[in-house]
Amino acid sequence: MDILVQQVINGLVLGSMYALIALGYTMVYGIINLINFAHGEVMMVGALTSWTVIGLLRPAHPDWPGYVILLIALLVACVVAAVLNFIIEKIAYRPLRNSPKLAPLITAIGMSILLQTLAMIIWKPNFKSYPTLLPSEPFNVLGAVITPTQVMILVFTAVSLALLTWLVNFTKLGRAMRATAENPRVAGLMGVKPDVVISATFVIGAVLAAIAGVMYASNYGTAQHAMGFLPGLKAFTAAVFGGIGNLAGAVVGAILLGLIESIGAGYIGDWTGGVLGSHYSDIFAFVVLIIVLTLRPSGLLGERVADRA
Amino acid sequence: MTQKSVIRYALIAALLLVLPLVLQNFGNAWVRIADMALLYVLLALGLNIVVGYAGLLDLGYVAFFAIGAYSYGLLNSPHLTETFAWLAAAYPTGMHTPIWLVLILGAGLAGIFGVLLGAPTLRLRGDYLAIVTLGFGEIIRVFLNNLDNPVNITNGPKGIGQIDSLQFFGINIGKKMVVGGMEFASVSLYYYLFLALVLISILISHRLEQSRIGRAWMAIREDEIAAKAMGINTRNLKLTAFGMGATFGGVSGAMFASFQGFISPESFSLMESVMIVAMVVLGGIGHLPGVILGAVLLSALPEVLRYIAGPLQTMTDGRLDASILRQLLIALAMVSIMLMRPRGLWPSPEHGKSLSNAPKA
Repeated sequence: MDILVQQVINGLVLGSMYALIALGYTMVYGIINLINFAHGEVMMVGALTSWTVIGLLRPAHPDWPGYVILLIALLVACVVAAVLNFIIEKIAYRPLRNSPKLAPLITAIGMSILLQTLAMIIWKPNFKSYPTLLPSEPFNVLGAVITPTQVMILVFTAVSLALLTWLVNFTKLGRAMRATAENPRVAGLMGVKPDVVISATFVIGAVLAAIAGVMYASNYGTAQHAMGFLPGLKAFTAAVFGGIGNLAGAVVGAILLGLIESIGAGYIGDWTGGVLGSHYSDIFAFVVLIIVLTLRPSGLLGERVADRA
Repeated sequence: MTQKSVIRYALIAALLLVLPLVLQNFGNAWVRIADMALLYVLLALGLNIVVGYAGLLDLGYVAFFAIGAYSYGLLNSPHLTETFAWLAAAYPTGMHTPIWLVLILGAGLAGIFGVLLGAPTLRLRGDYLAIVTLGFGEIIRVFLNNLDNPVNITNGPKGIGQIDSLQFFGINIGKKMVVGGMEFASVSLYYYLFLALVLISILISHRLEQSRIGRAWMAIREDEIAAKAMGINTRNLKLTAFGMGATFGGVSGAMFASFQGFISPESFSLMESVMIVAMVVLGGIGHLPGVILGAVLLSALPEVLRYIAGPLQTMTDGRLDASILRQLLIALAMVSIMLMRPRGLWPSPEHGKSLSNAPKA
């Protein structure tokens, strides 16, 4: 029983990190119909930037408490990621907005490889150990343990989601974003500037991704140039799972995916009599995705869109 | 065919035939680059059927490549007989399955998997399909990586080594051959084999493009609903596209395994799938010369540049080593070519445009 509780906690933590990344995917997709393959790399840049900032701050101010340093690193990471994503959109995606559909996708894949390579050149390809800045004494919950870092991840995700919900539903920018996602041309006629909205979407997505990157690195204690790829892929899977373009769907899909993955990894050995082990956990995401999409092609919360020519 | 084009084709043919003999003098590594380029052309041609003709974005194409490669590798290496005693008893001299059997098996297996993947995904549109195929590719790779226990089938991440080189009609092209005083290295023999396969594939692709099936695929690509309304059986045709493309992948995989002599799951990562898609799209989607150009460019050019990278590496204090530089070049090429030519380097002429632009006479 306590194993189940433990796996549920781990799943929630994993799922909330996926959710932060998935939101970036789903917002961009909702507005310009682009799978932004480079999104996972934005998360990686956020994590590595924060690693550098921590490495600079810690020796300089040894008397500062860990959470202050982490917070400063997080802020810097968010700014860097936001600027980066803003530039990427401007130079790589904007010129291709009206070209054949595969062109921006290939550019996005190219961007993803480019960012990974640049990160490899800047930060060197080795794995870096990411310092634990919060106390490592875990809390006991129902016989399972949860570390302060994991609590922080859950809190940060909840706060980010609340802020995003407020932004999308109750601000002028949010209304413009929803309008552009609904119908860019009509939104333009109503005085919405699509370019501004799209840039804002990329910036918001990058901030969320940077938060996810810092959380991911602190949770696993390492950072590296290739760290963004698999979480990015899973997060996109989660976005599709929940119905792409739908913000609530992305969060639901991500949390479910995190739960499935960690519970599945914990129990698959027992279920299959030891034939399949926990190293198969990476494929749960995809198996679930294929099943869900086969039964419900537009995702869990996705609207059934009629085919358009 | 005009006289001019005959001369042009003859020149190209002569050039392609002499190429390995020239490269051989600079070392076999150069011929290997040409071989790999041809192999990628083969893969790109196969994917072009799925993505280019039928318009189904497949991001897991490398899975079929892997299926072909592992079919050949398992049936032509000591791995299986070492693992299973009863197989060793049945084949005391080790397994050396004839290439024809392996080809049929590998291509057939890949084709079946192609249809299996296609069947549940028929209802999915565009990007959903892309992500499902991508997931399929990852599933195959994870299985290849982990099927070493409890029963060791794929030997896991360590991969399968000591794979026989290709033999047919009593010729072993893994050894060098002397014909009339000329010495052909093994890599050059592989070059001619791959070249022949590429030519056959071009022929098949070209004939498919012109055929009823090909035209139906393109109709589906342009507008699925309209195609359906015109009486095209979209379900069967999409499955045909998946199966046909996968078969190409399977054959290339078998070739790859025999050429390398060693395969491991690492060669079949998502990155490879992405590269093959990039080749098709960069060159000019659905247009054979463009696809070939894209494949050659993306596979060979970075390798060639790698040889020039030595000085650069010393200049940058080792931060820019050859593999990093290669990756950097590929990424830059993908982004910049798409920005400058969104329809690819050598796109197919647009339908209808040529008519309206034709001089009125």
